[in-house]
Amino acid sequence: MKETPLSACERDFILKAIEEKKRLDGRQTYDYRKIKISFGTDYGCCFVDLGQTRVMAQVSCELIAPKESRPNEGIMFFNIELSPLASPAFEQGRQSELSVKLNRQLERCLRNSKCIDTESLCVVSGEKVWQIRVDVHMLNNDGNLMDASSIAAIAALCHFRRPDVAVQGEEVTVYSPEERDPIPLSIYHMPISVSFSFFQQGTYLLVDPCEREERVMDGLLMINFILFGKCTATNNKNIFLYTLPENFFVQTVRNY
Amino acid sequence: MSTTGGMITVLKEKVGHVLVPGDEFCFGAEETISLSESAKPERAVCGPGLRRSGDRLVVVKSGVLRHKPPLTFWIDSQQKRYVATKGETVIGIVTARAGDTFRVDFGGSELASLSYLAFEGATKRNRPNVQVGDLVFAQFLIANKDMEPELVCIDGSGRANGMGAFGAGGLLIKVSLGLVRRLLGPNSDIRSDLEQLFPCELVVGMNGRVWVRATSIQQTLIVANLLQSCDTMTAQQRQQLFRRVQQGAL
Repeated sequence: MKETPLSACERDFILKAIEEKKRLDGRQTYDYRKIKISFGTDYGCCFVDLGQTRVMAQVSCELIAPKESRPNEGIMFFNIELSPLASPAFEQGRQSELSVKLNRQLERCLRNSKCIDTESLCVVSGEKVWQIRVDVHMLNNDGNLMDASSIAAIAALCHFRRPDVAVQGEEVTVYSPEERDPIPLSIYHMPISVSFSFFQQGTYLLVDPCEREERVMDGLLMINFILFGKCTATNNKNIFLYTLPENFFVQTVRNY
Repeated sequence: MSTTGGMITVLKEKVGHVLVPGDEFCFGAEETISLSESAKPERAVCGPGLRRSGDRLVVVKSGVLRHKPPLTFWIDSQQKRYVATKGETVIGIVTARAGDTFRVDFGGSELASLSYLAFEGATKRNRPNVQVGDLVFAQFLIANKDMEPELVCIDGSGRANGMGAFGAGGLLIKVSLGLVRRLLGPNSDIRSDLEQLFPCELVVGMNGRVWVRATSIQQTLIVANLLQSCDTMTAQQRQQLFRRVQQGAL
C-alpha cells in the first residue's frame, strides 16, 4: 500500500512553524516525547513507546561455534524488522534502504561501543560460545525509529537472562531455568542514540523529529551517547557540507 | 415488501442503544391484514450499518442506533478508514498529472481521477492552476467498488459551490470519521465551542481530513491539537478544555 503523500501546504506550514520555533505538538527544540518502557513476560522482551512510535525488542541466545578469528569471544547479532504493521511505506521484503541504514546504525551503536563483555559469553574456547541475538520489531512509525530501537535493544539486553552453564573437563552442562537460576549478561554501560534533524540547510535544529517533521527535514544526525557524555559514533544522512558553529557539538553534547 | 408499524416501534425503542452486528429486527408474528384499511406500507429507510435481508433488518456494524423522523434509521459507528461514497465532499492531495486528469489521493485504497475540465470556468485553453502537492476540495462523481473513483470540483449546474483548489497557508490534520460527522452535523456543539475561541477557517472533508487556518501559526496549532484531542472526550471534558484554552492556560 502506498503512503499518504505530504502536501505542499503541510510542508510549508511545518517549515514556517519551525522558523517561529514552534513544533506541531507544542514541544520545544530540545524536548523529547514521552518515553514509556515496559517489559514482557519472557526475559529479554521489551516494549518502548516514544510518543506514538512503538518498538519491540526480543533477546534470545544460542550455543554455537565461535568465529575463527576470535575463538574466545561470544557473538552479538542484531536484526531490525520493518513490518508493514508500522507504516504503509514499509514493504514485507527486507531490503529497503532505511532498513539497511537502521541495521548498520544499531550495530555501530551497540557492538562497536563494546557495551557487552563478549569474553564472558565464551563457554569452551574455540568450540562453544553464546550467540546473543537481538530482534527489534517496529510496531508503529511516528518518527525517530532509531532512538526508540536503541533504547529498546539496550533495555532488553539488560532484562535478559541466559541459562547457567557448567564445564567439567570435556562435558558442558546447560542448566534449564528450573534447575538453576539464569544469569544476566555483563553489561558495562548503556549506549543510547540521539537524533538531531536539520531544516533549511542547517539553520534550524530539532531533537526527536516526529513523522511529519522527518519528511520535511534536510538531514539527520544520530549521535550515540554513553556514560559521562562521551560520544562514540555518529552517522550523517544527507547532511550538507556546511560549517557548523564551533560550539555546536559541545553545546548539544552538554545538554545530554 | 412492507414493514408494519410493529417493526418501526421496536426500532424507535432501540434508538440511542448500542447494537452489535447480528442484532435483528423481525416482523411481528401476528400479521393480520385488515380488509377495511387500505394497505399502507410503511418502509423503514435503512441508513449505513443496517441491511435488509428478506423480512428482517440486520445490523452489520457496531454502534449507536440513530433516528431521523419520520422513517430513517442508521447506525452511528466510529472508524478511521474512509470508503469512497458518491456525493460526499473530501479533501484530496494531488499526487500526479496523467494526461488530462489529476491523480488525487483521498485516503482510500486507490487514487481517484480528477479531470482538468471539472473546475469552474475551465476550458481546454484555460487550464486550472493546480500543481502536484496541492490540496483540493472535491466531491465524488463515481464511487463504487468496481470502478476507479472519480472526483469533480463542480456541482450539477457547473458552479464551484465552495469546491476547488486550496489557497496557501493552513494545516491539514487527520481525525476520525465520527468527529467529522459531528462537526458537519446541524447544531454542532464542537463547532459552536470553536467559534468562541478564535476566528479560524475550517474545511472539513468526509474522509477524515480537516484543514485549519487561523490568524497566527500558534492559533492554528492550538485549533489543530484541540480537534485531534476532543475526539474521544465527552461534552463536559471538551468544554472544560476549551475554557482552559480561552483563559490562556495552555
